[in-house]
Amino acid sequence: MADGTERRDDVKEDDVQDEARYAPPGEKRRDGGGRGDPNGGEKPQGQRNGQAASERVGEVGSGPPPEDTIIELRDLHKSFGDLDVLNGASLAVEDGTSAVVMGGSGAGKSVLLKHVVKLLTPDYGEPWVKGRRVDQMTGGELDDLRLSIGYLFQGGALFDSMSVEENMNFFLRRHSDLSEGERQDRIEETLSWVKLEDTAPKYPAELSGGQQKRIGLARAIVLQPEILLYDEPTTGLDPVSVRTVSELIVRLRDERGISSVAITHDLLCAEIIADRAHFIYEGKILESGSLEDLKHSDHPALRNFFGS
Amino acid sequence: MRFTNLLPGRGSAVTRGLERTGELASFMGRFFGRFWKPPYEVRETFSQMDEVGARSFLLVSVTGLAIGIVMAMQSRGTLAAFGAEYALPNMLALSVIKEIGPVFTSLVLAGRLGAGIGAEIGSMRVTEQIDALEVAALKPFHYLVITRVVACVVIFPVLTIWADAIALFGGYMESLFMSGTDYRVFFQTAFSTIRFTDLFMDTMKTSIFGFIVATVSSYLGYNVRGGTREVGQAAMRAVVVSSLLILLADVIVVRISIMLFGGISGS
Repeated sequence: MADGTERRDDVKEDDVQDEARYAPPGEKRRDGGGRGDPNGGEKPQGQRNGQAASERVGEVGSGPPPEDTIIELRDLHKSFGDLDVLNGASLAVEDGTSAVVMGGSGAGKSVLLKHVVKLLTPDYGEPWVKGRRVDQMTGGELDDLRLSIGYLFQGGALFDSMSVEENMNFFLRRHSDLSEGERQDRIEETLSWVKLEDTAPKYPAELSGGQQKRIGLARAIVLQPEILLYDEPTTGLDPVSVRTVSELIVRLRDERGISSVAITHDLLCAEIIADRAHFIYEGKILESGSLEDLKHSDHPALRNFFGS
Repeated sequence: MRFTNLLPGRGSAVTRGLERTGELASFMGRFFGRFWKPPYEVRETFSQMDEVGARSFLLVSVTGLAIGIVMAMQSRGTLAAFGAEYALPNMLALSVIKEIGPVFTSLVLAGRLGAGIGAEIGSMRVTEQIDALEVAALKPFHYLVITRVVACVVIFPVLTIWADAIALFGGYMESLFMSGTDYRVFFQTAFSTIRFTDLFMDTMKTSIFGFIVATVSSYLGYNVRGGTREVGQAAMRAVVVSSLLILLADVIVVRISIMLFGGISGS
């Protein structure tokens, strides 16, 4: 088992280019920053005893998490240039449960989520998914893992040159052995989950924001993943749509046993879907527990967030 | 921009330019590294060929026709002054096939396609569509970049041949109306000093121009950070950088071509 502290010299050059995109405008990546461990494999100074956010999360280098833990992020650090976005974020998600990560803007929520599917790799720390280190995966192994994960992007990320049906068929055609008829059946069934059966021939530009989110969700589940990641699933939606999308997430957990992580700052959504909630602040999980635990925390950042 | 910003040093325009050049070279290397590997997006490649070819057809046709007519009109008087009006078809064919046709066509296509590719891929980046392809194990570099580069490499020479033909036709129409030149005389004179190597080399160099337009535009779109403003800038830069690199590459290719095959009529 490779230790998380070892230097990542095997990383491909183009991954560095990909990661550079996430640096905020005006930020310039320092040499080796963001990819290789800037401290030569050592944990950044001042963060050696970073707070373990959840009692479930193992130590870096302690090997795979328990079998019932489907996602475990251990002490993740991530910087873009001189900007430290993650400063030791740790959390664990039990199989078949819905976790919610809450926090203010710029707290590192989206960056945290991107580590689960290796859209980003950490400067330090270990992202584990289904008992394997995601940051060490490449090629077919990474593809297989990604196919078992559905990702709902903030804006839906629908391919705007394709109709709703083509958006979904595009995934099915490439990643399933289904016949054309079976694919159509799957698309119809999936659209019925999000109650948008009549939108199949429409293009994303013809849909409302809420509909785009729901179609994005339909596309994310069309390959029947084991895990779903939601990046702000209800942002910008009216309360009725928030409830619709949130209840759909709960249905997916209850009826299909899909584990999920949702990042949100929508309290209504969190109340509906959260089995366990985590609060991220300045790149670190400040507190984990039930949503009620977080609401009644004495920490000023949490009190400020919940307005209590 | 302050003049001192142009001087070498960290964060200066020179340093940034060198960094971008290195990144672009790396992006081109990435193309060659991945081009041979699956998935082979044949269907999407043909779709891009249709986009590049069919939808640029009218623009290229009008450009070619205008070049032919204007060149014939401009040259006629000069040649007549030296008593060499008979050489008009020959001069027109040499100019169009060897230089003006390939370069003008490529520059026009750089304007149309460079902006289109830069804006399309750039907007896919900022709306996370490229990330969506990535997490669905769909290899966005293959799907978005390799397909467009291959389409441009194949279609640029085809459109150039068409533009050359239309330009010669335009020149012939001018000669017909101005001096009643017979079409057999016109075209026999036009091709009397054109060799196959001229036609082949000077047309095929547009594959290099196509490669430049597609890779530069894809690179700029693929690496957009920010929002719609940055997408617009990427589209604009795609046209500017592609056009400059086409002109630079033309100088190099022509020099190499003359070294290998000699100049006009083997000179």
